[in-house]
Amino acid sequence: MTYPSREQWLERLRNNRVWKSIFRRGPARTNRTRSLAIFGNVFLHILPVKVREKSLRVRATYYLGPFAFFLFVVLTVTGILLMLYYHPAAPQAYYDMKDLRFVVSNGVLLRNLHRLAAQAMVVVVFWHMYHVFYRGGYRPPRQFNWVVGVGLLLLTLFLSYTGYLLPWDQLAFWAITVGTNIIGYVPFIGHRVRFLLLGGNIIGGNALLRFYVLHCVILPLLAAWLIVVHFWRIRKDGGLSTGENEKREERESIETTQVEQEAVTVGVNDERKE
Amino acid sequence: MSEKSNYEAGFGSDAVKDPQRIVFITKKTSAQVKGVKPRQLMSYPHLVLREVIVFEIFTVALVIVALFWDAPLKQLADPLLTPNPAKAPWYFLGLQELLHYLPPVVAGVLIPTLVIVALVVIPYFDVNIKGEPLWASNRQRRLMVFLGVVAALLFVFGIHEAFDVVIPTIIFASLSVAAYFAPPRGGRLIRYLSGRPLSWWVMSWFIAVSLTLTLVGTFLRGPGWSLVWPGR
Repeated sequence: MTYPSREQWLERLRNNRVWKSIFRRGPARTNRTRSLAIFGNVFLHILPVKVREKSLRVRATYYLGPFAFFLFVVLTVTGILLMLYYHPAAPQAYYDMKDLRFVVSNGVLLRNLHRLAAQAMVVVVFWHMYHVFYRGGYRPPRQFNWVVGVGLLLLTLFLSYTGYLLPWDQLAFWAITVGTNIIGYVPFIGHRVRFLLLGGNIIGGNALLRFYVLHCVILPLLAAWLIVVHFWRIRKDGGLSTGENEKREERESIETTQVEQEAVTVGVNDERKE
Repeated sequence: MSEKSNYEAGFGSDAVKDPQRIVFITKKTSAQVKGVKPRQLMSYPHLVLREVIVFEIFTVALVIVALFWDAPLKQLADPLLTPNPAKAPWYFLGLQELLHYLPPVVAGVLIPTLVIVALVVIPYFDVNIKGEPLWASNRQRRLMVFLGVVAALLFVFGIHEAFDVVIPTIIFASLSVAAYFAPPRGGRLIRYLSGRPLSWWVMSWFIAVSLTLTLVGTFLRGPGWSLVWPGR
């Protein structure tokens, strides 16, 4: 008895009617089924069906956008796990940090991952913005996606900042004190905004609870919403910008057309001679 | 397409297969410009596969770093015990550094607001969409305006003794002026710099200043926000 090879086994799996009922297609071997793989899938649907070969190159993007999104996913997963061990109350929040360190299995790794990904996301989002700027990715028709990106940058900073208070240690407390004091300097509304944010005039249990809700519910939802818009606009705006090469390509295409037309005319003349 | 077509009229686009070609050129139509599209690949599997690989590499890298780099945890928060200096998270230390020099309304409110507004309006400024180099035309007038702006910036930050704004500004202004006076066939760096548009200069200057402020705020500031050597 011969066993089916790995390819044959995969082939059978993909032609299975249960597989087809889930993925709405068989094996993605033709361009039609490959397109179906994208727009027949609610998650991949946000991607364009085709991409320019150039924009896939590492040097075109350094995959900074996917990296930032990936960090967001890591932060969501580790964040939800951290929520299982965390009480947004002073001083219990601090003791939860101690528990994460000494009691919870892999608690240190969990917190390290969340913190590292948060720091990395700030760096990567800035880097992403500068990279897009230098490549001219904000030029028409991609103006609005740049604005969405600036919104995502601010959300990243707010998310990181609200998370900073949650361990409720000296580092957290005084960093938030310094930051929220600045808000107080905003003319006319500064003190009211600060009061709204802290749930009082000083940083205490109310502030911790508000920062917790902002950090775990409001800001992530806003960020997820803007991320979806950001991705969708890439597709709608005609794929990733190829930067300054775009202009050169246009120029080349016009030259090519002129050359082609000459060739055609020459061909006709030649035939007349014969 | 061309492989299949074998028109009776001998009308085809493949010169090898159908050598006899007939072209009708009417006089009043203008030349048709057809764009040559860059090579495209199917997102599935080319893009999806790459993203999965990139995600896997990032995951491994992230876990390895997280295993060795511990998140800090100090003593329980105590409103009565102020550390000296009290520092914001590192990405706001540039702002805190500015706050040390300038009045709070300027450093904490006005400048951040201006930066955000400037970032938002970048794509709506159509000036110089071609990316024309700063010193390509109108050179003398531009140099006067440029030097005027630099002098104003140096004056404002100079009287507040904000050395970590002044130094990068001087470096960038010198580089730009060097690009102005450079011979057209200078070294690689000079050629690169003289090919940069104004937007490049502004953004690079901004990045340099914010990096310097953040680094000084993070590593060189000690008790009372005085200058110290890192690690002391």
